[in-house]
Amino acid sequence: MSAEAGTAIAAWRRANARRTILVGVTGILLVASFAVDVATGPAMLSIQAVLRSLLGIGGDPMLDAIVRTLRLPIALMAVVVGAALGISGAVMQTILNNPLASSYTLGISAGAGFGAALAITIGAALPVPEAWAIPLAAFAFAAIACALVGSVGRMRGATPELLVLAGIACLFLFQALLSLLQFLASPEALQQIVFWLFGSLLRASMGKVGIVALVLCIAVPPLLADAWRLTALKLGDDRAKALGVRVDRLRLRAFVIVSLLTGAAVAFVGTIGFIGLVAPHIARMLVGEDQRHLLPASAVFGALLLSAASVVSKLIMPGTVFPIGIITALIGVPFFGWLILSTGRVR
Amino acid sequence: MMLEGRHIGVRYGAHVAVEDVSMTAQPGEVLALLGANGSGKSSLLRALAQVQAYSGTITWDGAAAPTGSVGYMPQDNAARVALTAFEVVLLGRMRSLALRVGSRDLQAAQSAMEEIGVADLAPRRIGELSGGQRQMVLMAQVLAAGPRVLLLDEPTSALDIAHQLHVLDLLRTATRQRGLTTIAVLHDLNAAARFADRVALMHRGRLVGIGAPDAILRSTLLQPAFDVHVAVDHGSDGHPVVLPLRAVRP
Repeated sequence: MSAEAGTAIAAWRRANARRTILVGVTGILLVASFAVDVATGPAMLSIQAVLRSLLGIGGDPMLDAIVRTLRLPIALMAVVVGAALGISGAVMQTILNNPLASSYTLGISAGAGFGAALAITIGAALPVPEAWAIPLAAFAFAAIACALVGSVGRMRGATPELLVLAGIACLFLFQALLSLLQFLASPEALQQIVFWLFGSLLRASMGKVGIVALVLCIAVPPLLADAWRLTALKLGDDRAKALGVRVDRLRLRAFVIVSLLTGAAVAFVGTIGFIGLVAPHIARMLVGEDQRHLLPASAVFGALLLSAASVVSKLIMPGTVFPIGIITALIGVPFFGWLILSTGRVR
Repeated sequence: MMLEGRHIGVRYGAHVAVEDVSMTAQPGEVLALLGANGSGKSSLLRALAQVQAYSGTITWDGAAAPTGSVGYMPQDNAARVALTAFEVVLLGRMRSLALRVGSRDLQAAQSAMEEIGVADLAPRRIGELSGGQRQMVLMAQVLAAGPRVLLLDEPTSALDIAHQLHVLDLLRTATRQRGLTTIAVLHDLNAAARFADRVALMHRGRLVGIGAPDAILRSTLLQPAFDVHVAVDHGSDGHPVVLPLRAVRP
């Protein structure tokens, strides 16, 4: 082994160490943002008080109630949903070979939106309490949207072009159905539908956080197991096939996993935009395309962005919580513009 | 590995790209696929690499080869990926890559880069490299897998003449020393004449001739295949030298 060859491996190891540190630093920022998120609200708390309460050494029942019952579920929800959307976006962008893809592109979120609206409209007639009926219906229709797009992919070969076309058809279908429901809905239901579509973390509870976290725990290992194969997809289908990757199967498998992940996340908080688009892009610029680093980095950046947006949503109009979907979109739009202007570089 | 293809056909919808091609290739030999644009060379290569549906039969040593031993290099399409050159080469080891990359894979990637002479490009992003550098990195990726068969689609199209000579020399040496079966689509007829043991000439999806360069690189075969008048001479080393004169139809 020559000295020069030694440096190729050593340089790669150094790059990997740097990437791990970057993800670690972002993780620390995330913890900080999480703590600030819990501390922020109508009653501003000190970080020390928050930490004491979280560790169970506060001894102030009033404070404990605010922290653990009211704020902790919301702050945790921001983290798990942000992570889920970040990972889904990264995988969608990879399998569709498209930098503008996210969980929105293939109609998954539109399906969830329609499901939620349906549950809201028929509300009282449902056998389950509304707090669970809406997320269940949202998830069910996200799954239906996924099944529609996936079955087209199964029948005709899961090329990125075909999946995008099927997904956009699915998106329009569910948007039309949603508009129809809005047209038919009572004014009260309509208001509730619109508010759901804004996206909000206020519906969080520890049980719901647990479910999203569980789905995240189920979804991530198979994606990481496919990390190298997903990376190879970026070199083009022919090259990936020649390397032994069954590209159609890989695409469908990854697509189903991230659709369910998105469905679970969106079901509880409504359609929160742009996290799934922005987080993977930032992650990619910092750690590159190696999915072993890109997936964790996208998760951490997604969680950080949504957690920070949650803080902003409480500060923007003191006393009220601004719908977080609006905040993420307002942050996202300038980024989207920059992305369009510089697609050649970031792809 | 001994390749035997019988009545290979490739069609895209109604368009027939390859029709009834039967051919063989031996271990230790370089076979150059020649022909005009759209004559079916790349489609035939894709069929051999099993990345394209085809009719007919293709066998390697009498059996459908495990894809593991086939190194296929399509034309360049990896321009805009945020991967380093080293990572691209490492992907060649796909079959053994795990979350934690083993030292055998790292060593293999490294020696392949050294062999091609691109080890210094290892930490650079593949998108930053020139077309020629990228092509050499992708060649290293194919070699990193330790293939027994090389299927290369215009492997030297972006290289300057010095690098062309280097890569083709290396391919021929590797093919002889390791007993590889190498099939390469080439556009440069003279490079094919020098480096290939045999050449196969395709025209409109059919094989019009396969054999030693001397036997195939003749004006009677080349003129209809390329629609061009050519003069064929012999160089000082005895290889045929093809000189294009003018197009048959303006």
